[in-house]
Amino acid sequence: MKSLPILVVGGGISGITAAVEAAEVGAEVILVEKEPTLGGRVAQLRYYFPKLCPPTCGLEINYRRIKSNPKIKVYTLSEVIEISGEIGNYKVKIKTKPRYINDNCTACGECEKVCEGERVSDFDFGLKKTKAIYLPYPMAFPLKYVLDKEALAPGDLERIISACKYNAIEPDMKEQILEFEVSAIIWATGWKPYDASKLDILGYGKFSNVITNMQMERLASPWGPTGGQILRPSDKTFPKKVAFVQCAGSRDENHLPYCSYICCLASLKQSLYLAEKNQEAEALIFYIDIRTPGRYEKFLKRVQEEARIHFIKGKVAKIEEDPETKDLIVTAEDILSGKKIHERVNMVVLALGMQPSIAGINISGLKIDENGFVISDEGIIGCGCAKMPLDVMTSNETATGAALKAIQTILRR
Amino acid sequence: MEKIGVFICTSCDIEKRLDIAELENIARTQGATAVYSKEFLCSKEGKTFIEEKIKENGLSAVSICACSQRVNYDVFNFDKVAVDRVSLREGIVWSRFFVSEGGEILEDSSEYVSGVSFKDELMALAKDYVRMSIAKLQTYKFPEPFKPEEEISKTILVIGGGVAGLTAAIESAKAGYEVILVEKEKELGGFVAKMKAHCEINSPYKNIVSPIINELISQVEANEKIKIYKGAVVSNIEGGPGIFQVKIKLDGKEEQIKVGVVILAAGFKPYDASKLSHLGYGLVKNVVTNVEFEKMAKEGNLTRPSDSKPIKSILFIQCAGQRDENHLPYCSSYCCLASLKQAKYIRENDSESKAFIIYDHMRTMGIYENFYKSLQDDPGIFLTKGKVVEVSQGENDKVKVVVEETLFGEKLEINVDLVVLAIGMVPVTAEEAVLNLEYRQGPALPELEIFYGYADSNFICFPYETRRTGIYAAGAIHQPMTIQQAIEDAKGAALKAIQCLVAIEEGRAVHPRTWDFAYPEFDLKMCTQCKRCTEECPFGALNEDEKAYPIPFITRCRRCGTCFGACPQRIINFKDYSIEMISNMIKATEMPEQGYGLYRLMAFVCENDALPSLDIAAYHRKSLPVTIRIIPVRCLGSVNVAFVKDAMSKGYDGILLLGCKYGENYQCHFIKGSELANTRMTNVAETLQQLALEPERVTLHTTAIDEIEEVVKKVQEFDKEIRGFEENPFKGW
Repeated sequence: MKSLPILVVGGGISGITAAVEAAEVGAEVILVEKEPTLGGRVAQLRYYFPKLCPPTCGLEINYRRIKSNPKIKVYTLSEVIEISGEIGNYKVKIKTKPRYINDNCTACGECEKVCEGERVSDFDFGLKKTKAIYLPYPMAFPLKYVLDKEALAPGDLERIISACKYNAIEPDMKEQILEFEVSAIIWATGWKPYDASKLDILGYGKFSNVITNMQMERLASPWGPTGGQILRPSDKTFPKKVAFVQCAGSRDENHLPYCSYICCLASLKQSLYLAEKNQEAEALIFYIDIRTPGRYEKFLKRVQEEARIHFIKGKVAKIEEDPETKDLIVTAEDILSGKKIHERVNMVVLALGMQPSIAGINISGLKIDENGFVISDEGIIGCGCAKMPLDVMTSNETATGAALKAIQTILRR
Repeated sequence: MEKIGVFICTSCDIEKRLDIAELENIARTQGATAVYSKEFLCSKEGKTFIEEKIKENGLSAVSICACSQRVNYDVFNFDKVAVDRVSLREGIVWSRFFVSEGGEILEDSSEYVSGVSFKDELMALAKDYVRMSIAKLQTYKFPEPFKPEEEISKTILVIGGGVAGLTAAIESAKAGYEVILVEKEKELGGFVAKMKAHCEINSPYKNIVSPIINELISQVEANEKIKIYKGAVVSNIEGGPGIFQVKIKLDGKEEQIKVGVVILAAGFKPYDASKLSHLGYGLVKNVVTNVEFEKMAKEGNLTRPSDSKPIKSILFIQCAGQRDENHLPYCSSYCCLASLKQAKYIRENDSESKAFIIYDHMRTMGIYENFYKSLQDDPGIFLTKGKVVEVSQGENDKVKVVVEETLFGEKLEINVDLVVLAIGMVPVTAEEAVLNLEYRQGPALPELEIFYGYADSNFICFPYETRRTGIYAAGAIHQPMTIQQAIEDAKGAALKAIQCLVAIEEGRAVHPRTWDFAYPEFDLKMCTQCKRCTEECPFGALNEDEKAYPIPFITRCRRCGTCFGACPQRIINFKDYSIEMISNMIKATEMPEQGYGLYRLMAFVCENDALPSLDIAAYHRKSLPVTIRIIPVRCLGSVNVAFVKDAMSKGYDGILLLGCKYGENYQCHFIKGSELANTRMTNVAETLQQLALEPERVTLHTTAIDEIEEVVKKVQEFDKEIRGFEENPFKGW
């Protein structure tokens, strides 16, 4: 197959899937990811529903498929800034941020030991700090350190340079603009959690024990900030009673008008995380509809059997904090009974909706709808949550389908 | 391999803790042609150095004794040279520490047992690893791509001519492939062809549109690459990917064709509404299913079946026979949208009409919330959560419906002209084999009961996995889904089908070992027809002849090695992975004499999850016992009892098997490798008991890839347990 490569934008599960599926048909693939590692959102999850298996398991196989396939070229810290041309022959400009670490890095970790400066870990949604020079996560791909120059403490640079035996640290590395000619573009930039601070009645940012569902994943992750113990931020104790606020931002004209597909299932799954730690733990799920489509109905049943769950149909109207205990009082109307209820809980998890990662960003040559979801054509193909809210399985279906559409631009006869 | 080079990296603490010169000597003694050590082996200079030495010495294989095989894979990759990786860094110097009982890390020079320092044990381990690597490469043969004897067909067979099948056919043809489409009905189009309209499949997802199906049908019919069989069924499939022989039954005659892969898109049947008499079906006039109502709407016949009077009021009962243990336990995913759409038909037909939708949970997933929203403002559509407790005949042929637990807080009695039951989907595979495979393990896809009969995948990351290679499901036979999803799904299945054809043509495996050219080879002279391989193959890759000898179909094989693990005669081998190879590796290790308290453990570790898990643990400098030697295996299913016997008779004090989790939500990438290994090891335990040895000496543990702390603990505890036993009496024999 002699022709232009396929560009895959986004190195989360959809982008990785699209890239390996296309490359295994024989296409040359360029995979770009804006973070320093592949893995995307799923790398931040503890488990997938409904199997409760770790996403790292599938990532490991996919990384191996990438590693053993020379047709895939991976560019991390890279973003597409401009697309021109047409199907079969696009010109794409990519901006690559400096890692400040070159390919010599063996990930031996000596630099990290001597570095004093720290930075807030965005991978852990602010729940943890890393050194200024850090490995994004234990299964980072590529397994290379990254330097956050801003976070260096005085003297750090000299210390890390002298600690590195392999001349891997390059503080003068510059941002680069790369240009590629590609046959098709698979757009798989995924999603970001909706900005919780916009949901002011829910108290995020104001009350320490109101967290987001993605933060909950980090708390439950054995590689997370608490080593997998679920501890509420205010006093690092296990929250025995937790309220889950569904549709936090979703199905709401003032925020995200659509349903985010995964949040019901995510809260159910997180109720199991609690039950696994403590059989007595209670989960209160405030919902409009419980959306467990298809075979996921079985998961709903399982969770109802294994976790102490109370479903309350109704939107949360208010969250207040007890300043002494830092517990939270959740006010909602129980639509079924018609009564207003006040529940005291130890922690609140906001089931935040998903917003396309590129919402609000204008990329020349890329069509998006009013919510920021990419609009596909024959040559620029959206997949995964960049296309619409989806779960992992259906994201991968769209990613595999996107690989076919991209391959057609090469194979078309 | 004849000329083997050994390259030892001295960086990343390796030289700090290991005696490099001693390792070099061991490598030479073991038969390496050329031995080198160098710092920073993964650097450009390092790689160039290795390349020069390969050329200089005419090496055909190299053992890279440096970091883990999970890193620098692209660096240590040399054209036409076999590469084995010895993980000195992660496997030894980053993970083997002398930890005191108080948890303190002691100096390597400290005494480990009388007269032996920890460093001695660390070196014994490193030397064993170097010896094993050389022994492995000595036995290694280059895999050769598998070529079937007959010519490979690159035609794609699509079973089912509904929206998924038509899409799969068109999209495959657009990629340049020949397609044969078999539809059991006289006409193409499936359910969508029977629809008046459906929700739009593109942004903004809020309108209804005429069915896309006519366009698909005309594209399929106009495409020269697509051959269509209507009113036909697939009566038999034999062979394997690339060489499938398919019998198509048409008008009482059978035609045989050859295809390369199969896309299974045979769709669904509506649930049998006659079982829903509690909702009035069959008993009460003017109660129909959503499928029947769709037909009425398409025919422009929006009147009551009982007396042809116009429908002024309609009520939809959601989840009719669904999410119900007595009927379909699952949700069919499409019915909320379908009822909303059908409510819209009535409202558009007559602005005075009323539509009621009684639901438990409104499931307009994701972006289809837009469609739901577009109807919420219609004052003629009443939506409420509720439970239907009675459906009976009302006055004037109306249907009386009593609903409890509504959002209005009271029991409602609603009298309507028509009740529509939103019934679910039953995948065709729930009731028939469809594929009719001529396979030793049966005509259908196995294990579908865990997916309620859907031809679904157990792997969230890999939605197109099936246990029959080269067969990919799409549409409503795959999972309950909407039209939009079926279209997406069909494209994905087409890609997987094409990818399989490419793999077969190149002679390599398909997922998950897509890089693998090796395949099992059977030496049938010694076969005792025990049938274990043909029974245990998770992918049904082996048929049997009339004398019960296995007939391997390599293009069906996924290279997990389960057959190789099962065979008591040891007659199944891969070029790069053989019984002899593992046996030689075990033999190559050095066993200390009995009585010094120098225990030796052997671990067979699945390279999919357990090995990465240990590797990540090592990266975090977690301490693993210095006693334990690790041999990576393809899957625990590929662990032959012979490995265990060899290790025990060599004198190993304990054998540990580490693999993936099994059970209902199994994580084994090869379905049941760890489960099978567990069964095999139960038999081994019995043998041990007969030899008056503790059965715990052979232990199997499962782990998930992220359970770092747990897996380390399991290994440590195993070490401790074995040390509680006497040394293996065979040690030093």
